[in-house]
Formats: sequence, structure tokens, C-alpha cells
Amino acid sequence: MSREGLINLALGLGLLAFPLWAEWAEEPFMITLSTRVAILALAGVGLNLSLGLGGLVSLGHAAFFGIGGYAMGILASHAQSYTPIFEWPLVIEGTKAMPVIWLVAIAAAGLLALAIGALSLRTSGVYFIMITLAFGQMLFYFAVSWPAYGGEDGLSIYVRNAFPGLNTLVPLQFFLIAYALLMAVLGLAALITRSPFGLALDAARQVPVRVETVGIAPYRLRLIAFVISGMITGLAGALYADLNRFVSPAMFNWQTSGEIVILVILGGTARLFGPVAGAAFFVALEHLLGGVSDYWRIYLGLVLLAVVLFARGGIVGTLAGREAADG
Amino acid sequence: MAEPVLQVQGVSKSFGALAASQDVSLDLVPGEIHALIGPNGAGKSTLIQQIAGALRPDAGRIRFMGRDVTQLGIVQRARLGLGRTFQISALAMEHTVLQNALLGALGASGRPYRFLRPALRDPDLRRRAEAALERVGLSEQMWMRTSDLSHGQRRTLEVAVALTLAPRAFVMDEPMAGLGTSGSKRLTGLLDELRHEAPILLVEHDMDAVFALADRISVLVYGRIIATGTVEEIRADPEVRRAYLGEED
Ligand SMILES: Nc1ncnc2c1ncn2[C@@H]1O[C@H](COP(=O)(O)OP(=O)(O)OP(=O)(O)O)[C@@H](O)[C@H]1O
Ligand SMILES: [Mg+2]
Repeated sequence: MSREGLINLALGLGLLAFPLWAEWAEEPFMITLSTRVAILALAGVGLNLSLGLGGLVSLGHAAFFGIGGYAMGILASHAQSYTPIFEWPLVIEGTKAMPVIWLVAIAAAGLLALAIGALSLRTSGVYFIMITLAFGQMLFYFAVSWPAYGGEDGLSIYVRNAFPGLNTLVPLQFFLIAYALLMAVLGLAALITRSPFGLALDAARQVPVRVETVGIAPYRLRLIAFVISGMITGLAGALYADLNRFVSPAMFNWQTSGEIVILVILGGTARLFGPVAGAAFFVALEHLLGGVSDYWRIYLGLVLLAVVLFARGGIVGTLAGREAADG
Repeated sequence: MAEPVLQVQGVSKSFGALAASQDVSLDLVPGEIHALIGPNGAGKSTLIQQIAGALRPDAGRIRFMGRDVTQLGIVQRARLGLGRTFQISALAMEHTVLQNALLGALGASGRPYRFLRPALRDPDLRRRAEAALERVGLSEQMWMRTSDLSHGQRRTLEVAVALTLAPRAFVMDEPMAGLGTSGSKRLTGLLDELRHEAPILLVEHDMDAVFALADRISVLVYGRIIATGTVEEIRADPEVRRAYLGEED
């Protein structure tokens, strides 16, 4: 196994072992932190597809995270108040079933990513960053000013949504759901990276004209990558809302986008398990320093600066060295 | 003569006050190598870019495979069967040599939107990519990172990627540059074979290779074609000798 493979294995097992230890040590809060890591990592895996493989620096992934969160909030709030979402032309009820919520979140985020991507991918570089940021902020203000679902106060969901056969209110059980989804999506991301599509997308990041010259349109590759990326981040958003049993416009905020970007860069852009390392580091720092100082993000900023200046490959890249050539 | 595969008809292109192409016409017929020569800055690469669809001419038309492709982009022209190599290598430097060749094979397959089976384990893509690498003599470097190749090897990989496309016409911008004697000998041999698979529009400074290979030569000077003819005609042309070949003898 390659060095990076071993690091990935350690990260995957570590993320599973930590909450198991916490369960044994009766530290439920540590389990919740682990769940947070798994969910943020999932959001990062989504972003990593467009940022790492596609070279598309999106500062608007909060849009997908947020829409996933609101998909959960809207469906669950209607279910808890026993009011249908629509009565016409056909009656659509809310639901508390996680699998249904996830599918709705993924579909909604995918459609949103298709619309945002179709417009913003016509630009590149700084313009792309700015346009994605603008779309994210538009959704933020929309959520703030939409009173039906709590406006700026957000929406509380009293009981965590249900998964067949599990008690999702038990922290370890909910963790296992998030962890299983993370692992499944990592597997998918690994497949995509090595697939013909991934090869072309990665080449389009390096030399777009080469890809065009062999008869493949970079725009299409990027749009597909952006949609898959948005869907994954949307799924993470639904889980995140379920973890907190609360959704608010803050999920749509540009800071959320920034944090997802930061954890991908910290962990190692384009590295499969980079977002896992990045999310673990991020949550650990937030937990350890957040209690000491309200300004813990300053330290986060310093770490980020150090990574960008001295360790371009992030945590995984620095530990694993150059990427394995046989990908 | 057979119907031309590629026709450039009265193409002009200016960059501000600089006329890089002035009423250029040339064609490429099946089975031939048509060399395009001219001094540095004559506008050879600019013409290639217009043929490939990377630049739009200000005037004139480009026909390929019996179609007017003047308004088509790079992707569409590639899909019609145009196989281009770049003067300055345009390769995915982080990828291996094999991955670069696989990309060409993938483009040729016309089905790039496949998400599950690894590209490296697709037997059709592999066969096509490895055959092209074998033909240019890069099989041993297959697993090397492209950024670790020598300059000449990168030029050769450019040609291999074009080969994977099995194009209807090759358009090559100085494929011999930086190859060294044995490398250019090998490539000369390969191009000689290739012309029977698809005709080649060959921009080249290496006059030995040009005189050995070309069926026809066009001479471009200051954006204008000053002569087109066989090797003997071009060698004998007084205007060409003055403008371009003069310093050689
Ligand atoms: N995008 C551009 N903008 C402005 N000027 C350009 C551009 N591209 C090329 N030129 C100019 O057009 C002229 C022709 O350049 P071109 O690259 O086509 O020459 P060439 O015949 O390929 O030369 P070489 O043998 O050095 O490769 C040059 O004077 C060059 O500086
Ligand atoms: Mg040139």
C-alpha cells in the first residue's frame, strides 16, 4: 500500500475509533464532535471534486450546504406540524425519514448547482470566485427574508429524523450514519477520480486546450463535476441540520463557504482523505481554542497561511509526499 | 488530384497593426505531407491556430472534411478529425505519459462521461494509448510523470496523443524541435508512414526533414504565402531563396 493509502487508512480508522472510545469513556460530546467532523468532511469531499480535481475555486458551496439543510428543515417542520408542504396540484407531505430527506437534499442541491454552474462556469479565476460568492449570498438573503421558514431566526426541529432500524438520538448511532455516508461518498470520489471522466476533468484543470484538442469540452466536464460536488455538499448540509436539529440562514453564509474551502486546503487539495484530515483539524482547533478565545479564527488564519506558504499539499500532502503516479 | 481534406481560403488575421495572415490560401490532399515553412514570426503558428479553431480569422474561410468549419470551435473540429500538435507542448504535466495518451484515446472514443471503471483499466483505451506510445518510442517512459520528461520526449508525446485520435488530417507545429538527430530521424520515418493514414500539414524549421518528407511546400513570409510547389520548385525559386533559404547556402 502506498504511503498515502496508509495515511487514509489511519484517518478512516481514527475517525471511527475516537467516538468508540468516547462511548466507552462516556463522553457523548466527543461523539457529537466526531459526527461534526464526519459531516464537515463530507461537505469538503464535495468541494474537493470541483476545487481539487476540477480546479474550480468555489466560494459559494454554502449555497448547497444551506439548501441541503433547508430541505431537511422544511420537510421535517411540516412533518412535525402535520401540515402538508403543498396541497395543490397534489398533496405533498413533510417527512421525518432520513433517506427521503437525503434524496430531496441531493436533488435540490444538484438542480441548484446546475443553475449556478451553468452561469458561473462561463467565467474563470477571480470572476468565478466572485460569482459563486454572489450566488451564495443571494440565497443567504433570501433565507433571511423568507418568513415561512423562520426567516433570520431559522427553524428548530424538535426530534431528530428517523432512520429505519436505528435510534438516531443515540449519539453513536447518528455518528455511524454520518460515518457510513462519508465512507460511501469517499469511495465514490475515488472511483470518479480514476475514471475516464476524472482523468479528463483533471487534465482540463491543467491544460484546458489539450482537452479541447482531443475533442472534449471542458465546460461540460466542469459542469458535471460542479453538480456532483454540489449534491455531495447538499447531503452534508442535510446531515448537519439534523445534527443540530436546527437550520438557519447562517448555513448559507459566505463564512460557511470559506470554512469548507479552508478545511479542504488544510487537509490537502485534491487528496482523497484531505477533507477528513482538514475537518478533524478544524473541529479540534475550534474545540480547543474556541473555549479559550472568541477570536480562535485568527489562529485558524495563521495555520492556513502557514499551509499555503510552506505546506502546499496540506496535511495529507505533506505527510504522503508527491501523489502516486499510477493514480 | 483527390478532393482536399483541408482547405484554407483567403484567410486574413491581424493583431492590431500586425498582419499575421494576409489572404492565405492552401490545401491538404489525401496522402500528402504539405510543409509550411517560413522565418520566425512569419505567422505559421497563427495560421495553425486558425485551422484548429483557437483563433477566428478576420476574413476568409476554412473547410475541413467537406464542411465550412470557420465558425466551429476547437472541440468540434477535433471531433471532425483534426489532429493537432502544439509548438509549445500542451500536456498535462502532473499526469503520467500513459495518462496523457489515455486522454487522447478517451477523446477519440467519444464517450468521456464515464464514471466508474478506472481509465487505466479500460482495455480499449489502454490498447489505443499504448499503441500510440509504442509507435513514437515512448513505451518505456509510460509510467513517468510528464513533467519529468526531456523537452524532446514531450514533443514526441504530443505526436503520440495526436496518433491516439486517428485523425483525418494532422496539423503539426514544429514536431521535431529539440529532438536531436536520432529522435528526428525516428520521427521523420514515422511521419513518412503516417501520411498514408492521414495527410499532414507540417510546420517545420528542420530543412533536412522538410526536404526528405514534403510532397509540397508552402513558404510563408510576413503573413503571406510567397510560393507553393514541390521540393525542387521551392529550392529553385529565387524569391524563396532571397526571403528565406538564402542564408542556408
Ligand atoms: N495573440 C497575439 N497577439 C499579438 N500578436 C501575436 C499574437 N500571436 C502571434 N502574434 C504575432 O504574430 C506574428 C506571427 O507569430 P507566429 O507565432 O504565428 O509566428 P511563427 O511563424 O509561428 O513563428 P515561429 O517560427 O517563431 O514559431 C509574430 O510577430 C507574433 O509576435
Ligand atoms: Mg510558431
